[in-house]
Amino acid sequence: MKKITGVMVYYYFVCKRKLWYFNNDVNMEHTSELVGMGKLIDESSYNREKKNILIDETINVDFLKDWKIIHEVKKSRKLDEAAKWQLKYYIWVLRNKEVKIEKGILDYPLLRKREEIFLTTSEEEELMEVLEQIQHIINKDLPPGVINKAFCKKCSYYELCYI
Amino acid sequence: MGETFYIFKDGDLKRKDNSIVITSLEGDKKNLKAEVADEIYLFGEVNLNTKLLNFISQKGIILHVFNYYGFYSGSYYPRETNISGYLLVQQVRNYDDEEKRLRIAKEILKASSYNIYRNLRYYNGRGINLEEQMKNIDSLIKKLDYGKSINELMGLEGNIRKIYYSTWNSIVKQDINFEKRVKRPPDNMINSLISFVNSLIYTTVLSEIYKTQLNPTISFLHEPGTKRFSLCLDIAEIFKPLIGERMIFSLLNKNQITEDDFDRESNFIYLKESGKRKILMEYDKRLEQTIAHKDLGRDVSYRYLIRLECYKLIKDIIGEKEYTGFKIWW
Ligand code: SF4
Repeated sequence: MKKITGVMVYYYFVCKRKLWYFNNDVNMEHTSELVGMGKLIDESSYNREKKNILIDETINVDFLKDWKIIHEVKKSRKLDEAAKWQLKYYIWVLRNKEVKIEKGILDYPLLRKREEIFLTTSEEEELMEVLEQIQHIINKDLPPGVINKAFCKKCSYYELCYI
Repeated sequence: MGETFYIFKDGDLKRKDNSIVITSLEGDKKNLKAEVADEIYLFGEVNLNTKLLNFISQKGIILHVFNYYGFYSGSYYPRETNISGYLLVQQVRNYDDEEKRLRIAKEILKASSYNIYRNLRYYNGRGINLEEQMKNIDSLIKKLDYGKSINELMGLEGNIRKIYYSTWNSIVKQDINFEKRVKRPPDNMINSLISFVNSLIYTTVLSEIYKTQLNPTISFLHEPGTKRFSLCLDIAEIFKPLIGERMIFSLLNKNQITEDDFDRESNFIYLKESGKRKILMEYDKRLEQTIAHKDLGRDVSYRYLIRLECYKLIKDIIGEKEYTGFKIWW
């Protein structure tokens, strides 16, 4: 079984093809300006807090407050669902490590917004299903097909997918 | 997209904070912003230290070095950060699978020969009669389809190039006696130009491959070699006619490059700095030139076409989609 990272959960909800490529280290992020932007936000927005804690080499948490709240910083709310599940996954992993996490917070510093995220029991079941699906996808020999969504045009994999 | 810097001056290349500073012998300083640099070409004689090399590695900048005569010496190719173990294994497997290797090699040569054909067609349409040579090349291209080994393909390629080069005396309006391709040392202006321009294309391809997870040493058409990044040679083959040779024709026919841009040294002829500069300016312009890409529905630069070629190879290597070589479509 391969370790599942937060980004993989995120990509599962964004695009399963991207998840497959990413998992095989065919990575495009270095070419994308959006990611550069993400980094900048990361470096400038919350420098007072503890940040970027790598847990179990699996998840990279933006920062923790008293080990009770996990923050995840995002640029826009476009892929909200994906971001929420990423955070729910973090909560789950940490709870399994006996860290008493209360909740997560999604931060949108550019929008001056934040949203609280919880993981309910029924969602936990859903999450297990998702993790199984992720394993299934990344074990495939071929990547899932192109999804042909409008946001493909902004995706860093666009040229790879559509050429 | 990152920038390319060409440095002709002799002097020192140093790291200073977050930028790279070139100080010429006369004391002129120039800042190269490391954040936006992708490649640096060194044509002059430059002193540099490991502090600089460490810095450019960190920034993923490739350093291409040319000697005084304009011959490519090599590249400082920073530690790969884009590695995919999975893709590497697949790339080797594809190379090792005779059938697949032959299919990819064929596709590369078909594309490059077609692009050669298109160059001839262009000049044929402009009053230079090249019908016969076009016909001959066309029939050789058809033979590529039936090639049974890499050697056979290479032989056909050699013949195509021979016919192609035989037309250059009529395409080029300057009076240059260009008989056949002589590499080392180049014995006339055109050979000297071809050598220089081919090495530019080679380095550009290398820089583009660097941005992907492909391994530059494992190739399909050329035998993986120890002296060269042979995958660069494969991909360069496709773009020489479009980027390199069209430029050579145009530079000579517009008299932008003339005999005055060359120096003769006993038995060979090489480009002066003036010539190299003019070529690089034009080369850079061409790499940035864009065309509307029909599959992608967006404008892409000639340089980016090279990257797209890498992506297509990746998809073939993975087994997702068979590779088709880039053919000039406009
Ligand atoms: S371009 Fe579209 S299909 Fe390709 S990875 Fe991005 S979102 Fe997925």
